[in-house]
Amino acid sequence: MMPEIPAWIALPATVLLIVGGLLTLVGSIGLLRMPNFFMRIHSVSMGNTLGVGCVLVASMLIASAVAHRPVIHELLITLFVVFTAPITAIVLMQAAIRRTKPPKQ
Amino acid sequence: MKRIPVLLPLGLAVLWLVLTESLSWGNVALGLVLGFGMVLSFQNLRPVTPRFRRVHVGFGLLFKVLVDIVKSNIAVGRIVLGLTHGREVRSGFLDIPLDMRDPHGLAVLAMIVTATPGTVWSGLADDSSMLRLHILDLQDPEAWIRTIKQRYERPLLEIFE
Repeated sequence: MMPEIPAWIALPATVLLIVGGLLTLVGSIGLLRMPNFFMRIHSVSMGNTLGVGCVLVASMLIASAVAHRPVIHELLITLFVVFTAPITAIVLMQAAIRRTKPPKQ
Repeated sequence: MKRIPVLLPLGLAVLWLVLTESLSWGNVALGLVLGFGMVLSFQNLRPVTPRFRRVHVGFGLLFKVLVDIVKSNIAVGRIVLGLTHGREVRSGFLDIPLDMRDPHGLAVLAMIVTATPGTVWSGLADDSSMLRLHILDLQDPEAWIRTIKQRYERPLLEIFE
């Protein structure tokens, strides 16, 4: 049985999920449209930042409503994403710089 | 003898409590043991202990970064979808002279740069005097340098140095 979720929580959570999904979709479209690696890495980070942020806040709202108490697990996911994303970004960027001749600005 | 760090073990203990979603005495004790145990056994790998000054500056910085994340997501989204009013988007590398030398401040700067789409960390000089960023929309290099230095580096300098 679906647990009862009040509308004042369901509505913002729905909006957040749609916005997060759209942001991630646009970021993924960028993967197809952008001409080179250096530009593609920017569009992916849309899903990795605000996209995932929206989904996590929605998850916090719904989980808190279902459990009838504040659920803040998701803050940890945010923390780990923020801590680890720079490492992959820096490593990927260094690899790209060494493999390709960077485009002249 | 080295000063025993307190903030990091306490932070790890809080992290453990959030993860287990409990405030029972058993979990508090376990979290503290884990926190202090891990930090003490990894001490030799962390040659520099951060010194925090003026931590309240961090709240303002956090708010600014959250606003910038939203703004830059919209900006990059427009570029991806081609909504730039016919303007051609030029991307490229930008070198920014840095005044910050503290590795913790630089680490936080790396997090900020990565968290805002449109900028990616592409290298740091060996003496951390020069930061190289790749920027998706490099229309106004001067404005980017101002943003990084005034908006992010200055508060970080106040906190960490």
